[in-house]
Amino acid sequence: MGLRARPSGLGTRLRSILGADSPATEETWDEVEQVLIAADVGASTTLELVDAARARFRASGGRNGEDARRALATEIRDRLVRVESGRFELGDAPSVILFVGVNGSGKTTSIAKLAARLTAEGRTVALAAADTFRAAAVEQLRIWGEQLGVPVIAQRAGADPGAVAFDAVVAAESRNLDAVLVDTAGRLHNKQQLMDELAKIRRVIQRRLPDQPRHVLLVLDATTGQNGLMQAEAFSDEAGVTGIILTKLDGTAKGGVALGVADRLGVPILFAGVGEEIDALAPFDPEAFVEWLFAE
Amino acid sequence: MFESLSTRLQGITERLRGKARIAEADLDVALREIRLALLEADVNFKVVKDFVARVRERAVGTDLLTGLNPGQQIVKIVHGELVAVLGGERHHLDLAAKPSVFMMVGLQGSGKTTTAAKLAVRLSKEGKKPLLVAADVYRPAAVDQLVQLGDQIGVEVHTRPVGTPALEVARSGLEVARQRGIDVMILDTAGRLHVDEAMMDELVRIVGSVTPAETLLVVDAMTGQEAVHVAEAFHAKLPVTGLILTKMDGDARGGAALSIRAATGLPVAFLGTGERTDGLEPFHPDRLAQRILGMGDILSFVERVQDNVDQAEAEKAAQRMMENRFTLEDFRSQLNQIKKMGPIGQLVGMIPGAGQMAGAAQEAVDSGQMKRVEAIIDSMTPDERRRPDIIKASRRRRIALGSGTSTAEVNRLLKQFVEMQRMMKMISGGKMPPGGGLGALLGR
Repeated sequence: MGLRARPSGLGTRLRSILGADSPATEETWDEVEQVLIAADVGASTTLELVDAARARFRASGGRNGEDARRALATEIRDRLVRVESGRFELGDAPSVILFVGVNGSGKTTSIAKLAARLTAEGRTVALAAADTFRAAAVEQLRIWGEQLGVPVIAQRAGADPGAVAFDAVVAAESRNLDAVLVDTAGRLHNKQQLMDELAKIRRVIQRRLPDQPRHVLLVLDATTGQNGLMQAEAFSDEAGVTGIILTKLDGTAKGGVALGVADRLGVPILFAGVGEEIDALAPFDPEAFVEWLFAE
Repeated sequence: MFESLSTRLQGITERLRGKARIAEADLDVALREIRLALLEADVNFKVVKDFVARVRERAVGTDLLTGLNPGQQIVKIVHGELVAVLGGERHHLDLAAKPSVFMMVGLQGSGKTTTAAKLAVRLSKEGKKPLLVAADVYRPAAVDQLVQLGDQIGVEVHTRPVGTPALEVARSGLEVARQRGIDVMILDTAGRLHVDEAMMDELVRIVGSVTPAETLLVVDAMTGQEAVHVAEAFHAKLPVTGLILTKMDGDARGGAALSIRAATGLPVAFLGTGERTDGLEPFHPDRLAQRILGMGDILSFVERVQDNVDQAEAEKAAQRMMENRFTLEDFRSQLNQIKKMGPIGQLVGMIPGAGQMAGAAQEAVDSGQMKRVEAIIDSMTPDERRRPDIIKASRRRRIALGSGTSTAEVNRLLKQFVEMQRMMKMISGGKMPPGGGLGALLGR
C-alpha cells in the first residue's frame, strides 16, 4: 500500500522477541503487548488481540516465536478483512461522499487525493466546499479543484453548509457526474451543536437523494491516540460513518487505534494517506498494514 | 467509555479496610489500574513504566487518612506525582528583544496557524505590537488563512508572492518587523513530519536566519504514543523552548503532554481551546493532571474534604457510628460540615459517576428540605437530640411548632433516623446496607 518502512526500533525488537527458534513464553506475549501499545493499538484492544492470538497459537499447536508472530498477524488481519477493509466501491452515480473528522485530520487533502484517484480511473467528480467555517478552507479546496481540473461547488464563507451540500448534489445530478465529494468543517466530536450540524447536512442530502450519502468517510489522523475511539463512535452516531481514511501514515505513527475502531464499529478502513503528493492515497491493504505495524 | 481511575480503584478499598497504612502487596492491583488509565490517556508506555515505579515508591508505607478511602488516597499520590512531572514554574515568554521572534513548528494539522493568531491576540491584549508572518508556503491557501485571521483580529500579516521560499518570507518578515517597531514577530511555518529531513533542514535554516527567542512546538492533545518521537525529533534539530497543546476543548486526556515533558523536559506554555481567536489559556499542571487521570474534579473534592472536615471531629463521629452511639446531635454537626464545603450539588457532582445524584442533592437543598431538617433538629432539646426515643406526641408537636414544620415531617425525620441507626449497626457489623443514609434522611 505504499507504506514506507522507517526505523522505529520496534520491528527489530519484535523480531528478536519472536525469533523463529526461541520458544514462545509468557514474556514473549508481554513484549508483544508492549509493541502493540507502542503502536497506539490501546490497552484494551491489545489485551483482546493478544488473548485471541494466544488461543489461536495454542489451537494450532504453536511452539516458537515465529508461530506466535503468525498467530498475532493472522488475528489482526482477519479482523480487518472481516469488516471488508480496503474494498471501496463508488456505487451508482451520482455517488455522494461525505468527509467528516476532527480539525486537522486531513479531510481537505484526502478529498483532493481521492478526487485525483477517481479522475484517473475515468470518473467524473465535483468537490463541494461545505467547510464554510474555517478561514480560507473554501480557497484551499478551490486551489485543489483548479489543479485537478474538477469543478468546485461553493458559496461564500459563512454560508450554510447544508445549502452547499444540497447545491452540490443538484449539480452532480444535472451534470451527470459519477461522484461528488463533500468537504465539511473539522469539528471536535464532543461539541453537540456541531455534530447536529453534520446530521443536518446528511438529512439535506437525503432529502434530494434518499439513498445518499453512499459513503461517509471518517478521516482519522494516524498519530491520534485512544481518543480516536471516541471520535469514531461519536461521528458514527451522528453521521453514520461507513468507512475510515487513515491519514499521515508516512511518519513513524502506526495508526494502531484504527484497529480498535474498525473492530468495534464494524467499519472498514478504506484508504491510507501515505504522503504529501496528490497520488499518495492508496487502498488500505490489511496484509501490508500488519507488516507495517511490525515493520522496522 | 473509560471509567474514571477513582471508580476503578474502589475495588482495592475492601482490601485496605481497617489497615493503617498501604502495604506493597495491596498496591499491585491499584498500580495495574493506574498503568491502564495512563495508557488509555495516551501517555507513552515507557514514561508510564517509570511513572508507576515512582508512585509505588511513594505509596508504600503511606499513612491512611480518615475522610478518604485508600483508593482516593492512591489517586492523590498519583496526582501529586503527575503535577510534579508536568508542573514546576510557569513558562514566561521571552520578549526581551525588539522584535522578538516566535516561531511555530509542528506536524500537519496540529493547529499552528490558528495558534499563531491566538498568540497574536494574547500579546496584543498585553499591549505588545505583533506581526504575523505567513511562511507556510506549501499548504494551499495557508497564507490566505493567516491573512483572514489577521483581518479578524486586526493584526498585520506579512506575506510574499506565491513561490517565495519560506526562508525568504521569514527573513523579509523580520526586516519589516524592524522597520515598523514591532514587538513580536509570530512566524507560522508549514506542518511537517519530524522524519522529513529536507523539511526539517528548512526550519534549521530559518532559525539560523531569524534567531527565534521562542520556538514553540504545537502538539495536538489527541496525539498518541508518537508524541515522544515527534517532540524529541523537533527538539533535537531546533531550539524548542516550549509546548502548546491544542484542541483541549475536545475530550482527549492529553497524556501526550506528560510524555513530552518527561522525555524532553520542555515546559507546557499554553493550552489551545476552541476555534475562536481568544482560546489560548495559560497552563495549570494540576488541572491537566486531573484530566489525564480522567477523574472529573475528584481532586477538588478530596481537597475540600481535607480543608473542611475537622479530622478529630470526623473520627469521633465515625467512632460513635461504629459503637452505635450516633445521635441527632452528631448528625447535625455532619450537616454543618457538609455545608461548609460549598454548594452540595457541585460537591456531589465532583464524584465520578454521581452526576445524577448531584441534581437530586442540590434539589434537596434548594427546596429547603435540608434547612427544614436542620430546623427540626435545632428545635429539640440537647436531651432529645441524644435520646430521640424520648420524643413522644407532645414533644413532637412542640418541635413542629418551634421549627415551623409539621408533626408529619418530624415523624418522618425520626423514623428515618432510626432506620439510619439500624443501617449503621449493619455496617459496623460488617454488612452493607442497600443504600439510604443521608439521602433517605433528607426524604430522597
